[in-house]
Amino acid sequence: MIQKDIVIIGGGPAGLAAAVAAHQAGNRSILILERDSVLGGILNQCIHNGFGLHVFKEELTGPEYAARYIRQVEACGIEVKLDTMVIDLTADKIVTAINEKDGLLQIQAQAVILAMGCRERPRGALNIPGSRPSGIFSAGTAQRFVNIEGYMPGHQIVILGSGDIGLIMARRLTLEGAAVKMVCEIMPYSGGLKRNIVQCLDDYGIPLRLSHTVTQIHGKDRVTGVTVAKVDSDRNPIPGSEEFVACDTLLLSVGLIPENELTRKAGIVINPKTLGAIVDESLTTSIEGIFAAGNVLHVHDLVDYVSTEAELAGKNAVKYVSGRLVKNESVAVVTGSGVRYTVPSAIHPAIAETITTIRFRTDNVYKDSYVSVDLDGERLQHIKKRILTPGEMEQVLIPRKWLSERPGLATITIKIEEE
Amino acid sequence: MGERKELTCIGCPMGCPIEVELDHGKIVQITGFVCKKGELYAMKEVVDPRRVITSIVPVDGGTVGMVPVKTAGDIPKHRIKTCMEALKGLRVTAPVTSGQVIVANVGDTGIDMIATRTVARR
Amino acid sequence: MVDVLIIGAGVVGASVARALSQYELNAVVIEKNHDVCEETSKANSGIVHAGYDALPGTMKAKFNLLGSRMMASFCRDLDVPYRNNGSLILAFCDNDLPRLAALKEQGELNGVEGLRLLTAAEAKRLEPNLNAGVVGAMLAPSGAVVDPFELTIAQAELAAVNGIDFVFDAEVRAIRKTTSGFLVTTDRGDYETKVVVNCAGVRADELNNLVSTRKLSIIPRKGEYCLFDKQVGTLVEHTIFQMPTELGKGVLVTPTAEGNLLIGPSAVDVADKDDVSTTAEGLAEVVRKARQSIVSVPTGFVITAFAGLRATERDGDFVIGEAPDVPGFYNAAGIESPGLTSAPAIGDHLAASIAIALGLELKKNPIRKRPGTIRFETLDTDRKAAMIRDNPDYGKIVCRCELVTAAEIRDAIRRPLGATTIDGVKRRARAGSGRCQGGFCSPKVIRILAEELGIDPLEIVKSDQHSIILVGFDKDDM
Repeated sequence: MIQKDIVIIGGGPAGLAAAVAAHQAGNRSILILERDSVLGGILNQCIHNGFGLHVFKEELTGPEYAARYIRQVEACGIEVKLDTMVIDLTADKIVTAINEKDGLLQIQAQAVILAMGCRERPRGALNIPGSRPSGIFSAGTAQRFVNIEGYMPGHQIVILGSGDIGLIMARRLTLEGAAVKMVCEIMPYSGGLKRNIVQCLDDYGIPLRLSHTVTQIHGKDRVTGVTVAKVDSDRNPIPGSEEFVACDTLLLSVGLIPENELTRKAGIVINPKTLGAIVDESLTTSIEGIFAAGNVLHVHDLVDYVSTEAELAGKNAVKYVSGRLVKNESVAVVTGSGVRYTVPSAIHPAIAETITTIRFRTDNVYKDSYVSVDLDGERLQHIKKRILTPGEMEQVLIPRKWLSERPGLATITIKIEEE
Repeated sequence: MGERKELTCIGCPMGCPIEVELDHGKIVQITGFVCKKGELYAMKEVVDPRRVITSIVPVDGGTVGMVPVKTAGDIPKHRIKTCMEALKGLRVTAPVTSGQVIVANVGDTGIDMIATRTVARR
Repeated sequence: MVDVLIIGAGVVGASVARALSQYELNAVVIEKNHDVCEETSKANSGIVHAGYDALPGTMKAKFNLLGSRMMASFCRDLDVPYRNNGSLILAFCDNDLPRLAALKEQGELNGVEGLRLLTAAEAKRLEPNLNAGVVGAMLAPSGAVVDPFELTIAQAELAAVNGIDFVFDAEVRAIRKTTSGFLVTTDRGDYETKVVVNCAGVRADELNNLVSTRKLSIIPRKGEYCLFDKQVGTLVEHTIFQMPTELGKGVLVTPTAEGNLLIGPSAVDVADKDDVSTTAEGLAEVVRKARQSIVSVPTGFVITAFAGLRATERDGDFVIGEAPDVPGFYNAAGIESPGLTSAPAIGDHLAASIAIALGLELKKNPIRKRPGTIRFETLDTDRKAAMIRDNPDYGKIVCRCELVTAAEIRDAIRRPLGATTIDGVKRRARAGSGRCQGGFCSPKVIRILAEELGIDPLEIVKSDQHSIILVGFDKDDM
């Protein structure tokens, strides 16, 4: 069996950043396993720009952002296996992978970093009534066809879901010649960045129908249209509001789900709120020495934060391998009202960074509210925020000082308050 | 001639609605913004809205079939169509280097369309 | 001039073809759609019914029992996924208990073995996730689940390797009696044949009525289903039934032969024989009724929903055999539940009748077994390694959710009656049937199909010949 200190599953932005950080932390026994024939992960098909504003202080396209890290991986001489799919992971860190060249590989890792990214929710998850014609695509699959394969999925398009992928594809398809008739969003607010509403919809005169959903798909062989309806405050279609929209393509941008098959195979505990692993501040999962970062941990909005998060995982994997990740007591991170989830779920003061970043999402839109941080009931932060939305990941910064000054601390609670 | 334009600011998730009053194409008044970013955005967006445009171009003989491209800087919004038309029917041959000019002065905007990915020869 | 022309390549037509292919003859299967297994055969519960439910003395009872008894070894020979998981029929109120006892008696009359009445406590010990409202149950140990796609495809493949031709995209437009048999007009040409076997599913009545004065009438009865992620595939072990009604067997909750969880079907008569759309009401009803049987329905794990049409004959039984007034015209009509269970037995029965009628001789060495597509995912580590060494295409995973390799997909395309469509690949090799429903693998499957078939990716269809997936290149429409 091959022996490696650190095996990184996934060569997308998370895997790349983790690998570089691990190398920079001094480890020289790193292996990236990537199932595609190139590194870069989903960034390869994200040809639009808007990446890197935080990390590089420049606006880059997805491929350019990926290239920055790929060059570093190459410069560091980090070992990479492409076209290699990991098919099993055990609790004692045996990684089984296959590819055409090497056949079946079994690697005993000292530490594993999970960086598998996420997948899209399909039509079936929504149970949209209708037949099963061709012409229904999830937005990411359509993006792959258009940007990587060079094919158009349709001529007349309706998009369900106003998250960033749906908005980006509205623009992409329009620029490449298709007619995007509308974007429907079941919530009363869009899940995507405001800049994308302006630059992907307004710029091209594509209507955004908030509080609307697709209630039926028409067409037996190929889509011939959809029925669109307004929804009430419980998100149920309002009878009588139905409208038939002729189209030959329906694009679904209805949610991303971390890809955690391997995580489950290893028996790692999953957070039902994120559908990613439960981790502590070192990004260790419920199995010591197995870390998670990026979209496989929780779905991010900005790749910059994926990179920052993954660097931490890489650094800590090296610490773990050299026996320096000794944890002792932990403080639970508690979700108070208004907070849907936090990453991490626990902090170990003994090994916490100078500043620990707790990332979270709210469960609703809050205007002119406060993000409050209480340590065992003691109010330590009360920051006014003009706007908080579930579509924008937020963070609070916990200085290690706060923890070391409070031995025996049990909880850190993050909540949203009106005042 | 007075004219009113309504925008949504994209500087932050607030998305403040901003109203710009113009007189013969010159800004007379901007209302609705709550910060400097919003004011600056509105000024530029109304007078000279510009965008960076990205697309893909088929590659012959490369390790991948399509090379992503972008305008090297933002171009006037009203030139987006011409810019895209300049790409229609275009093919490039590998190797392509990231940053390489694919179409110089695309759509007569003074801005080049450049590759954003390096594609080696197959 | 052929000896036998079979109309319909669903599970029944494939079975007739498979059984006939053991004889020396010239036969052809005419199928309206682009592939086998495109209608009712692909949209049903996948249950091998024990047979307590059919009325004694009916064709349904006869063929159900024959099918149920032969299915295990049949599936072994044809390499079709089959699992003898047993059926549990639930009673929810005391009034149901005598009905349950009557079902047991009826089953025993039909020849079903091992039927046992259980108390609520016994039922819950067997199935911890049963709803608290259960007051009693009947266990039918011979109940099983089978992969309906594989059952159809395997039989069709066997028929094909034994020399039977299959013609697709060929709807039958007219049938005329001739001196030597029949002239069948289809979209893809005319066929002269001695014998016609009508296995045309929801349209079998129309075809029968073209030639026979004994008119049949088929009412399409739609059933909707929800399919769930394999993560909840062990919610129940047995196939959980509710008490049957006049409309059918009711909503069941079952693991599938592939390991998913399936609930359904509803039962609503429809007017349009092409209407296989799911409806909001239908799916809601299926979920609501399933909640009666199990503690909770894991709606967060739905991966897809589908609908199928039962070919319900007005008189309520199978119509199997030669039309009384048209010698040489054989019907296998009205094959609704327990149609899937009965199919292999129906095929054997009709082939035997036809062989006698035509004086057919058995082939000297007919192929009787059929190896399915190797399931790489189920092999042990050493075998996996060996397979890849032997064929590197096994080292390339295409479908991530079901861990299906490029080799398996190529095999699904290259085998007899191989896949030519996305759905064809899905049914033969499972690529695209997992939780992401083809989101990840479909671009790769399209490429492989195009390569193997020697056609442009733009010509690849989902199932029907008009179900184009990609419409052109970027900027074509500009």
